Amino acid sequence: MATTHGIDTGGRAPALEARGLTVHYGQKRAVHDVSLVVPTNQVVALIGPSGCGKSTLLRCFNRMNDLIPSARITGEALFRGQDLYDDAVDPVEVRRRIGMVFQKPNPFPKSIYDNTAFGPRIQGVDGDLDSIVERALRSAALWDEVSDRLRDSALTLSGGQQQRLCIARTLAVQPEILLMDEPASALDPIATQRIEELIYRLKRDYTIVIVTHNMQQAARVSDYTAFLYMGELVEYGPTDTLFTNPAEERTEAYVTGRFG
Amino acid sequence: MVGVVALAVLLGDVVMDGAGALDRRFLDSFASRFPERAGIKAALWGSVWMLSLTALVSFPLGVGAAIYLEEYAPRSWVTRAIQTNIANLAGVPSIVYGILGLALFVRTLGLGRSLLSGALTLSLLILPVIILASQEAIRAVPSSIRQAAYGLGATRWQVVRMQVLPVALPGILTGTILALSRAVGETAPLIMIGAVGFLAFTPGSVMDPFTVLPLQIYSWISRPQEEFRALAAAGIIVLLAILLGMNAVAIVLRNRYQRQS
Repeated sequence: MATTHGIDTGGRAPALEARGLTVHYGQKRAVHDVSLVVPTNQVVALIGPSGCGKSTLLRCFNRMNDLIPSARITGEALFRGQDLYDDAVDPVEVRRRIGMVFQKPNPFPKSIYDNTAFGPRIQGVDGDLDSIVERALRSAALWDEVSDRLRDSALTLSGGQQQRLCIARTLAVQPEILLMDEPASALDPIATQRIEELIYRLKRDYTIVIVTHNMQQAARVSDYTAFLYMGELVEYGPTDTLFTNPAEERTEAYVTGRFG
Repeated sequence: MVGVVALAVLLGDVVMDGAGALDRRFLDSFASRFPERAGIKAALWGSVWMLSLTALVSFPLGVGAAIYLEEYAPRSWVTRAIQTNIANLAGVPSIVYGILGLALFVRTLGLGRSLLSGALTLSLLILPVIILASQEAIRAVPSSIRQAAYGLGATRWQVVRMQVLPVALPGILTGTILALSRAVGETAPLIMIGAVGFLAFTPGSVMDPFTVLPLQIYSWISRPQEEFRALAAAGIIVLLAILLGMNAVAIVLRNRYQRQS
């Protein structure tokens, strides 16, 4: 099937795919004609200087841009072969299957338990919430630190713990794909390391797209890397190749730190 | 400073005049032409009824309007026009609302000179204030919370009900209480729609005629006998106690809100 950029998706429809995706905010063009595939159970990193459109591209994949009135999207964003922007597709359903973790930890001003249980609750899950919460917190490597104070406010946690709580909260909805928008940029190095280890473990069960401006991070956690510049996809390929032997001069200039 | 001193002197004067007349009998007697038998029972209960009815009408309407304008309304010129109008309505003199209430509720809808007419009129009067205060509170909820909830697949209503409103509620309540305390002190629009100054029973239904504290005070002050002045002063003390109590609740709510965030 799709084999753009020489990426083998094993004959299955890729987890995510963009085809000629263009995004405008009002008159301003944020993403221009981007096409790429995200294979299942792989980690794809989106890198590029500030304002290059990497976050905008990420937000197209779970229709978070719908919340910005001036955003206009053309082209296709496909989830397992189905266009996410088809009229028949409900954005609420999309966001339940494609979860998102934001740049700054943004727990709800509620208890740790209620934060984790929010997603299942709004979906009307009234089965064993306790075990769902425990499983999500274990998956996010947070359970051991908070198991004895689930009723405490989430705001009492440290920044790194809050971000892992936000990941747990997203996992509790059992999405198929995780979108992460610079999940470690507001954290200290140790908390960042824990998030990266977590991403590595989550890869077994989830397809992950991560936006980062930290190139070492992209090199450490991702299987494939896309370099965006001024809204255009400059280069996309296996992370090793992109960092050690880039095809484009602009990519090389960026990954070697000559600009950005 | 001059203002504070003047206010203190005024309050002191009122308390000295009224303290003697303020007792249980005063609170538990109806109006009378004999000052030693007159009390504020009808006015006090009228104010309580009026306050409750006004709150019942204006709170859901005001908060609903604020939620719509902040979370649902498209950013169009119509919305902007509505927004501008609400801000202007907050500055319209209360007597104008009285005239509107007389024409609309008393006459056109045939509700008569009833509690209900009065409460609806006062609701119109304080709605702009409640809407503006609620909008302010809703806008102060960090957008990161909304994003997080949407990102988890919440519908717009779930985001509003489960995340935005709980955080905004203290601010909304503060604004509503302050608006209601304005309504408690209003006289002009209620005179306009025909509240009576002399009433010997407490309201039994929303269609009954009514009087309220400021009106009772006004009618006593306009009498020539010295004794009624003392009664008016005592009535003012009761009204002030209610107003200060409501403002205290608003301040407590606001402080708790600030400590949380």
